[in-house]
Amino acid sequence: MTTGEDRQPSGTRPSLFLERQSYRRRRLTDAARLLPILGAALIAIPLLWPGGSSEKGVPLSSAIFYIFACWAALIVASLIFGFAARRMAASDETDSDTDQWQR
Amino acid sequence: MATLNVLILVCLGYVVLLFGVAFAADRMAAAGRGAWLRSPLIYTLSLSIYCTAWTFYGAVGNAARSGLEFVTIYLGPTLVMVSWWWGLRKLVRVGRSQRVTSIADLISARYGKSNTLAICVTILAVLGGTPYIALQLQSITLSFSIFAEADPSGLYREGSSVFWVAAGLAVFAILFGTRNLDANERHHGVVTAIALESVVKLFALLAVGVFVVWGVAGGIGPMMDRIDASEIGQWNVDAGRWTTFIFLSAAAFICLPRMFQVMVVENADEGHLRTAAWAFPLYLLLMSLFVVPIAVVGLDLLPEGSNPDLFVLTVPLSQGNDWLAMLSFIGGFSSATSMVIVTAMALSTMVSNHLVMPIWLSTQGGSGSVSGDVRHVVLVARRVSIAVIMGFGFFYYRLSGGGAALASIGLVAFAGISQILPALVGGLFWRGATRTGALVGLTVGFLLWIYTLLLPGMGGAIMPESILQNGPFGLGWVRPQALFGIEGMDPMVHSVMWSLSLNTLAFCTASLLSFPSPLERLQGAQFVNVFDHSVAPRGWSGSVAQSEDLMIMTQRILGAGPAQEFFQAEVEQQGGRTSLPEPTPAFLERLERELSGSVGAATAHAMIGQIVGGSSVSVEDLLAVADESAQMLEYSSQLEVKSAELSRTARQLREANTKLTQISAQKDSFLSQVSHELRTPMTSIRAFSEIMRDTEGLSGEEQTRYAAIIHDEALRLTRLLDDLLDLSVLESGQVSLNMGGDTLRSVLDRAVSSALAGTSQSLTVRRSKVSERIPLHTDLDRLGQVFINLISNAQKYCDAPEPELTISAHDVGGQIVIDFADNGSGIPPEAQSMVFEKFARVSGDKAGGAGLGLAICREIMQRLGGEISYLPGQGGAAFRVRLPLAYRQAAQ
Amino acid sequence: MSRKVLLIEDEPNIAEAIRFLLTREGWQVETHAEGSDALQVIQGANPDLVILDVMLPGKSGMEILRDLRELEDMQGLPVLMLTARGQSRDREMAENAGVSRFMTKPFSNAEVLTAVRDLHAQATRS
Repeated sequence: MTTGEDRQPSGTRPSLFLERQSYRRRRLTDAARLLPILGAALIAIPLLWPGGSSEKGVPLSSAIFYIFACWAALIVASLIFGFAARRMAASDETDSDTDQWQR
Repeated sequence: MATLNVLILVCLGYVVLLFGVAFAADRMAAAGRGAWLRSPLIYTLSLSIYCTAWTFYGAVGNAARSGLEFVTIYLGPTLVMVSWWWGLRKLVRVGRSQRVTSIADLISARYGKSNTLAICVTILAVLGGTPYIALQLQSITLSFSIFAEADPSGLYREGSSVFWVAAGLAVFAILFGTRNLDANERHHGVVTAIALESVVKLFALLAVGVFVVWGVAGGIGPMMDRIDASEIGQWNVDAGRWTTFIFLSAAAFICLPRMFQVMVVENADEGHLRTAAWAFPLYLLLMSLFVVPIAVVGLDLLPEGSNPDLFVLTVPLSQGNDWLAMLSFIGGFSSATSMVIVTAMALSTMVSNHLVMPIWLSTQGGSGSVSGDVRHVVLVARRVSIAVIMGFGFFYYRLSGGGAALASIGLVAFAGISQILPALVGGLFWRGATRTGALVGLTVGFLLWIYTLLLPGMGGAIMPESILQNGPFGLGWVRPQALFGIEGMDPMVHSVMWSLSLNTLAFCTASLLSFPSPLERLQGAQFVNVFDHSVAPRGWSGSVAQSEDLMIMTQRILGAGPAQEFFQAEVEQQGGRTSLPEPTPAFLERLERELSGSVGAATAHAMIGQIVGGSSVSVEDLLAVADESAQMLEYSSQLEVKSAELSRTARQLREANTKLTQISAQKDSFLSQVSHELRTPMTSIRAFSEIMRDTEGLSGEEQTRYAAIIHDEALRLTRLLDDLLDLSVLESGQVSLNMGGDTLRSVLDRAVSSALAGTSQSLTVRRSKVSERIPLHTDLDRLGQVFINLISNAQKYCDAPEPELTISAHDVGGQIVIDFADNGSGIPPEAQSMVFEKFARVSGDKAGGAGLGLAICREIMQRLGGEISYLPGQGGAAFRVRLPLAYRQAAQ
Repeated sequence: MSRKVLLIEDEPNIAEAIRFLLTREGWQVETHAEGSDALQVIQGANPDLVILDVMLPGKSGMEILRDLRELEDMQGLPVLMLTARGQSRDREMAENAGVSRFMTKPFSNAEVLTAVRDLHAQATRS
């Protein structure tokens, strides 16, 4: 399962240092891939909470607060990423170095 | 008090509003106005058909039963949306580039345009979708019944109301879902109506939530306290169910036909995903924000045993807030209707494209020219499909009795439709996935789902309790809810776990073991590398003769106007001036995609295949998948073409060279002939003039004789030069004819007298002067020259003791034919073909002719439009001169 | 002693001129105008010298010469060849065929006489 984002354009040797913009772009796509993993991890955390009807159980209000906070954080992160992606796409149109972003 | 009648009126009004909105949106889109119809906001809102009546009502019920478990079905889609960058983006790109019409179409297109797979997915989708539609109908009836209970005066009959609801929804879906045939075109009306409904249901739920929190509980703080104090007040979620449901809802979010419809098919711009990625999770968050408070308050306020699925309605009603309840009802109604409409549309597209069309095509006898109006057939098929699917839903509702908890039916449907996931994800990310793999995986998952979840859920009538307890035929290890003896799992988790994992396993194993067809490999490369492939590989090759058939077929599918437009655009693109485009592979590829937008990939492929015929994928295409070898092949084929060109050029050069050599040889021999003819008389002249100069004592007789020889040879030279000049003028075509009119007789008279003048040799010329009274209109001098030549030839060469020449003229077949035959021994057969060549002299020619006479005659006759030929079999030498009649008529 | 020349020439006027010249020089001149049987005529006449035209009816002078040189007792026979075609290729061909002297028409009488004398002198010396 390769999505090809990290693949270099064929024929050019991968250079060690990228331009600042390309570097940011690369890290942004990393973030895009990390985001769902982070989300899944956050959502999985409640599974570690003590369940059942024990005395030390987590009150539902706290659970609601936690879940919805995570949810909101994900939304905000996605929003930020969306704007960043839009900015990158816009700069791509003027920039000839489209390779990394288009893939 | 809101009566049932008011409710029905509001309902009808709302439906009329939806019709109006959908109609207006369609009109605006058709007029090219309303850019906002294609805005990311509308797209996001249309995605919210994910939230059906099940979500609207069932989430509260679920919360009342299991606490926070209900959020799982929102969290799954949230994760999918958040990972849009490497997931949905690819799906949407593939869907748009392949002009995919449905999820079945996508799967079929990916795996070599296999219709078998499309049929499988369609059946799966219909089986999973039918209970789901029933669920929506049930929710509407349930909500009606709540109001009916509160309004004893109302005459409410459950069955008929469900029927009318189902019928109304079918009409709506038919009206706005099948207006245009191209399922890949955006249904602006439907999408806009759905967006409106999304707003309504969100607003309704939020309104109820706000009422509950601030109106009933008295603020956030007290509400939280109340939540903690309630019977669901503690975090108590089964880990298996939690993860399974999140996964399941994520999978269903992608695989559900209706979601695929709004997310991929109706997507107008890939960039909309960027907005939807945060806006849709936000929508989901807001939808679930007040679910727990409503549930808790409902549990508090309402009597034991009330249906928690209907708290959204019953809580406001119990507080006497009828208008809020009405709003809430409209919200639920919206959720149900939008889901049903889009599902019916999506399923009908699948059914008509993958079930009806292939059957219809095969009944057409597989002939190349598709007869009948395909367009009409597809539309009817789609409309009937909608009606039938709605009918299924209706009957399922009636048969099942509508007793089961709403949420469980929804989850069962989710689990069913999620069986597509391995084939879908594998198809998008793994080039090694094959049709066989997809088919096997789907079948395994599908059967397991039916066996472990669908049948046990339908109650004892269909699957007896004994099987559940002891397994079929007493085989304990295959008990539907405890496969392989693993007991104690939640049935839902058990089924999803087994069906999906075995599905995936079968899919991968069969993919690894099987070998994909060329088309599959091409499509696989296109899907997996959709971001790399800007140009589709070529598949078809056709001939011009098929263009017309293609045009006819396209007209039948797209309609005359769009088809002609499409073909015209293609002609212009090809830069041709013809009325039909060349069926280039690229054009056929585009045409197939265009058609697949209407009838699906597999059908479009089959239809074009019927016309174009033959295999769609050549060996070269296969190699095009592997770029390098393709380039090499292309290079070598270019070389081949070039070398063929070179050898052609070389052949032409050789031919030209041969011709030049021949011409040069002819010229050489001509020059050498001319040289010979000139030098020979000159030799005599020089020799005798030297003799006369140097020899003393020549007798007078000798002197006279030698002087005569010199004179004769000088004359011969002059004649030769005259002939050469004459011939060169004639051959170069620069001769100007001096046309005149006279009779043949007088021309012959002059020729005979001038030919015989001043010669000692006797020649008797026989003529039939009567037949010579033919008027002529030609160059008389040139014709006379020919005659003189022939007569003097007879005079010179006739070897009879008493030479005679017979000249006869006839009118044969509209031509004047004049024969000159002497009584000599004639020309030997081997020399006959040569007599008209330059310097050709029959052996024994000592008469001093240069051998150009007959060559000149031939040239003259050609100029005069006639011909001269040797006439064999006349005893002696005979020549025939023909003149066309036109010259005679012109003189008359 | 009678010197005999065989003249093979199809142009009667040229033949007459050469006969006139050589007769006055004391040669016995025989003439023949046909190419096809020239070889037999040469063998039969047994001349001291042959004057051969190239363009002959029936068989070209070149072929006659070539065939002549094939014959055992004709190797040393002087052959003077005359041609009206005046191409350098003809001279080459004639030399390959074993000609003794090659002349292009029109020739001067003196040339012919000189050539005949030279050839005869060479033949008698060897």
